[in-house]
Amino acid sequence: MSKLEQPPAPLGTLDGPEPRHNLDVLVQRDRVHRLIYTDPGIFQEEMTKVFGGIWVYLAHESQIPRNDDFVTTRLGLRPIIVVRDGDGQIRALYNRCTHRGTTLCRHDRGSAKAFQCPYHGWTFLNTGRLSGVPWPDGYACDFKDAQFNLAQVPRVESYRGFIFGTLNADAPSLAQHLGAVTQPIDEWLDRHPGGRVIFSGANRLKYLGNWKLAYDNSCDGYHVVFSHRSLLEMENRLLDETKKGMSFYKSKPDEAPMYCRYFGNGHHFKDKRPNVEKRPGALWEIEGAHPGMEYYEDQIRRRLGTKADSALDLAASEPVNINVFPNLLILGNHVQVIEPLAVGETSLAWYGTAVVDESGELDGAVDAVNALRMRTMESFPNFGEVDDAANFEEIQRGLAACEDEWVYMHRGMDIPGRIKVDANGVITAPATDEVFMREYTKEWRRIMQSRPALHVRREP
Amino acid sequence: MAATERDPSRSSWYVDDAYYRRLVGDFSDWQRDELVTTDPTLRERCRALLEREARFLDQGRFEDWLGLYAPECLYWVPGTPGGGDPRREVALAFDDRRQLEGRIYRVRTGYAWSQVPQSRTVRLISNVEVFGTDTAAVVMVRSNFMLSEFRSGESRILSGWYAHRIVEHDGRWQILVKQANLIDCDQSLRNPSIIL
Repeated sequence: MSKLEQPPAPLGTLDGPEPRHNLDVLVQRDRVHRLIYTDPGIFQEEMTKVFGGIWVYLAHESQIPRNDDFVTTRLGLRPIIVVRDGDGQIRALYNRCTHRGTTLCRHDRGSAKAFQCPYHGWTFLNTGRLSGVPWPDGYACDFKDAQFNLAQVPRVESYRGFIFGTLNADAPSLAQHLGAVTQPIDEWLDRHPGGRVIFSGANRLKYLGNWKLAYDNSCDGYHVVFSHRSLLEMENRLLDETKKGMSFYKSKPDEAPMYCRYFGNGHHFKDKRPNVEKRPGALWEIEGAHPGMEYYEDQIRRRLGTKADSALDLAASEPVNINVFPNLLILGNHVQVIEPLAVGETSLAWYGTAVVDESGELDGAVDAVNALRMRTMESFPNFGEVDDAANFEEIQRGLAACEDEWVYMHRGMDIPGRIKVDANGVITAPATDEVFMREYTKEWRRIMQSRPALHVRREP
Repeated sequence: MAATERDPSRSSWYVDDAYYRRLVGDFSDWQRDELVTTDPTLRERCRALLEREARFLDQGRFEDWLGLYAPECLYWVPGTPGGGDPRREVALAFDDRRQLEGRIYRVRTGYAWSQVPQSRTVRLISNVEVFGTDTAAVVMVRSNFMLSEFRSGESRILSGWYAHRIVEHDGRWQILVKQANLIDCDQSLRNPSIIL
């Protein structure tokens, strides 16, 4: 009989060691504690220190292309209206009436110069300024006082169309915060005509599990052949197909040329491009079967001739995962946004992206490319992500077992020569290593142990 | 092109520009009340097809279910209320014949974790209305559904409306297109892995 294991009183119980949330105990060099996924108090703190204390992705500029366009979202749990005001300035307004706290806008998106509170009719311009209060004679105060203007996120900046905000006046610039992760973002954008994409619909999935389970997964090359076994089998089910989709994971993925990289500030990157031959059309060749594939490929080849391979690659899934802490995941042709709802509930919005071709680079084939690209993008949310999300829910269930406390993330650790660190501190390892989890959870711990001063701003 | 190369189980030539155009047109125009049939026999035949389809799905008889479809068929779950334009936006599902066969194949591998254990479902279909079209053998059928799903210790309700394009072929009705419109299609959906 094996030795009985009697852990000390588990963390998070009344008799457990104090302090309850010693993050140096909960985040160790090879493991993290179940409480970082299950404890409501930790979640509450994340919703201010992480979602507020650092730069957080809010929206994409293509969702609000014209002045007065808006989209509603959240910054952590705060309801936010991201709006392009009448002068074209992008603002992130608190969707909260300064009178009684009612949300002002209940639409997902639209266009409005002003927002009127449905409860008592206070009206705010889309700059956040209070423009009118019914029957003001009943008030002794001066409504020109800035305190009655909407709160707004004090720092809002964009990087090539991606809009971020932070409540932390001391945070570095967005460019500094992003650091070297901008390189794969640039490469991802620059493969498109004009170096940009627009959002084109979304697949939204909810799972009963902590938001970090999705971030843990985002760079994880170890789970692919197991969690996505059914997808790999489906993509290769037709007799002549053996190399479709993510098949390059199937044999010795540790030794494959793909890699994962940690950039600092919680950002990481899984680059599978080195597995694919570097020539036009190579990406398209490994695409699985999709509706309209043969017809549109034929159309594009007839129209573009020798340029067709490059155009078809735009419809193929780009083999990268670019993960910007804490909530922006650029993968394939998707922009995925992690939206925490509660300690054990998360929504994932998988925004599709479409190609725009203002310069005519695609010789009129852009509609055909997009008709194909929409179909290739539907594959993973339908046949891959649903299985990951099911596994996330089962992790959350498993983590209810409080005596068995640890979650391990030590793959690739302490193996000489396996992990490379360059002069700038950028870490590179095999794509199946968990080094990115160890590094980002350290950064998470640093942020959670900090005391960021959070601010809002109001129009003067 | 040889006929074998156009086998819709192996290739997808029929999802072309004209197909999309007609799809977007047919599945967005439900305003013409005068097209609703008063013929009880026709309505009853369409209702019987929908009920059989629902039963096959609830029984997990996915191959039999697909047998109700024409060779060149489509299963479409829009992510935009009203359908949107699938040429320019992603749908929740947009499966041609080959992809539907793949969808069933995937569940049958036993490794599709979102369906291990498999969902148990029952669905009620009601409010069946049959709309005539320009083509005598083709009708558009609109119906409402409520679907109760049990999986992994929990039950939930999904609801919405179906639109079917159905053709009469050799005395038998076949489904050309099924559009499943969830009332919350643009919201966050938990485990959207069953065929609606």
